[in-house]
Amino acid sequence: MDTVIPVEELRRQQSRFSGFEAGHRACLGCGEALAARLVTEAAGPDVIYANATGCLEVFTTAWPDSAWRVPWMHSLFANAAAIGAGMEAALKVQGKPTQVIAMGGDGGTFDIGFQALSGALERGHNMLYVCYDNEAYMNTGIQRSSSMPHAAATTTSPAGRERMGKRHLKKDIVSIVAAHHIPYAATASVAYPSDIHKKVRRAMAVDGPAFLHIHTPCPLGWGHDGAITIEVARLAVQTGLFPVIELERGNLVDVLPVRRPRPVKDYLERQTRFRHLFTDDARAREELEHLQAIADHNIDRYRLEAGGTDICDSDSADTVRRGGARWA
Amino acid sequence: MIEIRIHGRGGQGNVVAAYLLATAAFEQGRYGQAFPAFGAERRGAPVTAFVRLAEAPIRRRCEVRKPAFLIIQDDALLHVPGVLSGLQPGGGILVNSTQTSEALSDAHGQAMQSLAATRLAQAILGRPVPNTALLAAFLTLTELLPLQSLVKALSGRFQGKVLDDNTALIERAAAQVTPAIWKEGAHAASA
Amino acid sequence: MQQALEGSQAIARAVALCRPQVISAYPITPQTHIVENLSKLVADGALNAELVSVESEFSAASVALGAVAAGSRAYTATSSQGLLLMAEVLFNIAGLRVPLVMTCANRALSAPLSIWNDQQDSMAVRDAGWVQLYCTDNQDAIDTTIQAYRIAEETELPVMVCMDGFTLTHTLEVLDIPEQAQVEAFLPPFKFARSLDPDKPISVGTLVTPEFFTEARYTHHQALLRATQVIRDVSQEWSAISGRRSGGLLTVSGDATADTGVLTIGAIAGTLEEAIDAHPPGNTARLIKLRAFRPFPEQALREACAGLKRLVVLERALSPGAGGIVGAEVRAALSHLEDPPEVFNFSVGLGGRDVPLETFENLLAAIDKGSGHDFALLDLQPDKLPAEAW
Repeated sequence: MDTVIPVEELRRQQSRFSGFEAGHRACLGCGEALAARLVTEAAGPDVIYANATGCLEVFTTAWPDSAWRVPWMHSLFANAAAIGAGMEAALKVQGKPTQVIAMGGDGGTFDIGFQALSGALERGHNMLYVCYDNEAYMNTGIQRSSSMPHAAATTTSPAGRERMGKRHLKKDIVSIVAAHHIPYAATASVAYPSDIHKKVRRAMAVDGPAFLHIHTPCPLGWGHDGAITIEVARLAVQTGLFPVIELERGNLVDVLPVRRPRPVKDYLERQTRFRHLFTDDARAREELEHLQAIADHNIDRYRLEAGGTDICDSDSADTVRRGGARWA
Repeated sequence: MIEIRIHGRGGQGNVVAAYLLATAAFEQGRYGQAFPAFGAERRGAPVTAFVRLAEAPIRRRCEVRKPAFLIIQDDALLHVPGVLSGLQPGGGILVNSTQTSEALSDAHGQAMQSLAATRLAQAILGRPVPNTALLAAFLTLTELLPLQSLVKALSGRFQGKVLDDNTALIERAAAQVTPAIWKEGAHAASA
Repeated sequence: MQQALEGSQAIARAVALCRPQVISAYPITPQTHIVENLSKLVADGALNAELVSVESEFSAASVALGAVAAGSRAYTATSSQGLLLMAEVLFNIAGLRVPLVMTCANRALSAPLSIWNDQQDSMAVRDAGWVQLYCTDNQDAIDTTIQAYRIAEETELPVMVCMDGFTLTHTLEVLDIPEQAQVEAFLPPFKFARSLDPDKPISVGTLVTPEFFTEARYTHHQALLRATQVIRDVSQEWSAISGRRSGGLLTVSGDATADTGVLTIGAIAGTLEEAIDAHPPGNTARLIKLRAFRPFPEQALREACAGLKRLVVLERALSPGAGGIVGAEVRAALSHLEDPPEVFNFSVGLGGRDVPLETFENLLAAIDKGSGHDFALLDLQPDKLPAEAW
C-alpha cells in the first residue's frame, strides 16, 4: 500500500528542494532535463510554473504520471509567457507572495511564442521566463528554429549539394529581450550548474520581468553521445559560440570568463549536425571560418577574455559569496 | 412609438445626439432606444443614427425606414440621395442651416425648419458641434419632452462649465424656433 | 437600478458586479467599448482588478486562462477575427475544464472583411467545448453575464456569452443594472478545486495517450450535457432574485396555438416578436428564442415544437458548402419525433444587413412558395450578384 507523505514532510526530508523528480522519460543525457532540475531546485517550493509545449512537458507528464512536484501547467505551444502573465496578475490581486516561472524551449520562445514573450516583458510582469535552448524543434523530430546556429543541419535544413545547413544566423534573443528594458536578462549553460542556481535566484529576487536563456545540448538532435552532454555544453561556452552573460536593463554587468578560448572546431566536430563542415568542400571551409568569426566576435563584444569575477563554478563558492543559506 | 432619424457627419456628435434623446425620454419615465448605423467612422463621413421613443418597451431593432421626424445636422447632406427617404406624410424635417426655413423649403420643395445650430454652438460653446442646439429646437418644435429632460440627460455626460454652456445653448436654440408647431404630428405618430 | 445605457457599458457594469480579479483586454470592433468601460471602472477604483492590456487576443485568452488557473475569477471579451485568433486557446480552456466567462460581440468573419453583425464567429467555434448562450437583448445580456459565472464555476466549463455586435453593444436603451447585494446573494466567492497552489502541487495540461483520451473527452461531453440542467436552475434562481424572467434554455412566445413556428437566436428575435404580435391570430406564429446553443437543448426544443406543422429556423450564419448551422442541428434533433414538423431553414442579416419588421411576412411568403426546404438566404438581393450567378 502506498504511503502518502505530506508535501511539507517531503520537503523537510529532502537535502535540497526537489521540484523535478527522476523517472521521467527524457533521452539519456538530455540537457533540458538537467536544466529544469537545476531551475526548480534554485527556485524553491513557492512557485507556480507555466510550461510551453515541447520536449519538457511531453517527457515529464504522460498522464497519470508527472515528474513535477511543484504546481505546474501546460497550455499551448505559443502562450507560456501569456499564461505566466495571467498567473502573475492573479497572484498579485490575491496578495500572495508565490512567484511565477514561465518556461519554453527555443521554438516556444524565439518563434511561435515570441509575441507572447515580448508582450509579457513589455508589460513588466513580475515573472521569470526560462528558455531551454536546444537549438531546434526537437520534440517534433529535429526541425529548424530561429535559434539554430548558422550552418547546422536539421531535417528541414539538411546539408546537401545545394545547401550547407541553416543559412541564417542564430537569433540574438537575449539582446532582443534586453531591449525591452527589463531589469535582468542572462544566459547560462548546463555545463555551469551553480551559475544556473545563482542566476535563477538573482532573477527571482528582481522586481519585474527576468529572462534566463539556458543552453541545453540535445544528444539526439545534435548528434553526440548522451555521456558528453556537459562537455559539449562547456565547449560551446569555451569557444565563445555561446557567451554566458548578465544584463541589467540592457547593460552588460557580468560575464563568465573565457580566458583561453578553444577553436570552434573542437565544439563542432563532436556533433554530427555539423559533420558536413568537415569535408573537402570549399563552402564547408568558408562556413567553418564564418562560425569562428562569430565566436571571435562574441569574445570581443562581451570582453569574455578579460571579464568576469567568477573563477569557480560550484555551489559552495556560490553559497559563500552569498553569505550562506542554500535556499530560502 | 416615434421614430426619428438623425443624419450628420462624423465629428458632429450625431450618435451622442441620438443617445441624449433616448436618455432624455428615460428621464421622463419613457422608453428610448438609440443606435448608429455603423460605418467606418471618420471625421466628415456621413453618419446616420436612429432614435425610438415609446411608452412601452421597444422590441424592434431594425433601422428606422419610416421616420416621423428627420434631424439633418449638415445641410449639404440634403443633396445626398436617400437622406430624406421614408419620411412619414406630414413629418417634420429640422435642418442645421444658416438659410431661413422659408428659403430651405423653397429650395427643396418640402417644408423644413432651419436652425443655425453650428453658429450658435460656436458662439456659446466655442466649438462647432450642432447636436445639442438641434435637439433643443427639436423638442421645442414637437413638445415631445420638456427641455429639462435634455439638460438632465446632458448632466450624465458633462459637468461644470461644459454643462452650463450647453444649458445656455439649449435655451438660446429653443428660443429660435416656434414652439409646438410639430406637436400634433408628434401625437399622431406616437398613436 | 434602471438607467439609460449603451449595451457595452451595461455589460461592463454586469462584469464589474461579479468582481473578477483579472481582466485581459484587447480591442476589436464592436466589443472595444466593453473593455474600455471596464478600464475606466478600474482606473476610478470602482473595480479592484488587474487589467492586463495584452498584445493580441491569443494572449487575452491565455492571460485569462492563467489567471483562473492561479485561482482568480477572470474575464475577457472579443469578436470575429479575435475569437478565431484565440481559437486554439478556447479549445484548451474547455478541455482543461477551467471556469472562465467571455463575451463574444458577434461579428462577421473575414473574408470578406466586415465589422458588422452576424454570428459566424461564435458558430465557428461551437465545437470548442464551451457553453454558448445567445442573448436576445441587452437586459438578457446583463442577466446572462451574471449567470454565466455561476454556471461556469458550478460546471467547471467556460461560458461564452454571445451578443450581437453593434445591434446590442452599441444600442442605448433603458436597462436595469442589478444591485451588488443581489449579485452577492447569487454568486458565491470564486473557488476552483484544481487551481495551482504550492501547498497542493498538481500538474495540469498533461499529455494523454490513447489509453485514456476517450474517457477524458467523454467526461467533457457529459459535463456539457449536464450543464443543461444547471443553465435552467441558475436561470430560475436569478429570476427569483432579479424579478425578471430570464432566458433558460429557450423561450417560447407569440401565438401558442399556431401551427407554424419560427426559431431564432440572438437579437433579431426582438424584431420578429414585435412583427408576430402585430399579426392576427390564425395568420401568425409561435416564436422560439433559442438561448443555449451549447449544450444543444434537444429535449427542450422537442417540447417547444410540440404540435407544430412547420418550423422555420432563421439564423445569422451559415456553413459554406453545407447550409444553415442552427438549422442542421434543429433538423437532426427533431427527426427523432414521431411526427416532426416540416423544417425550413434561412439565414438573414449576414454581415450586418438590416433585418426589418417585414422579415416575418417575407418568411411566411417564402415558405408558402416552398422555399427554404433547402437552406436559403432570405434577404439575398440577386441584382447585386455578378451576371453569371443569376
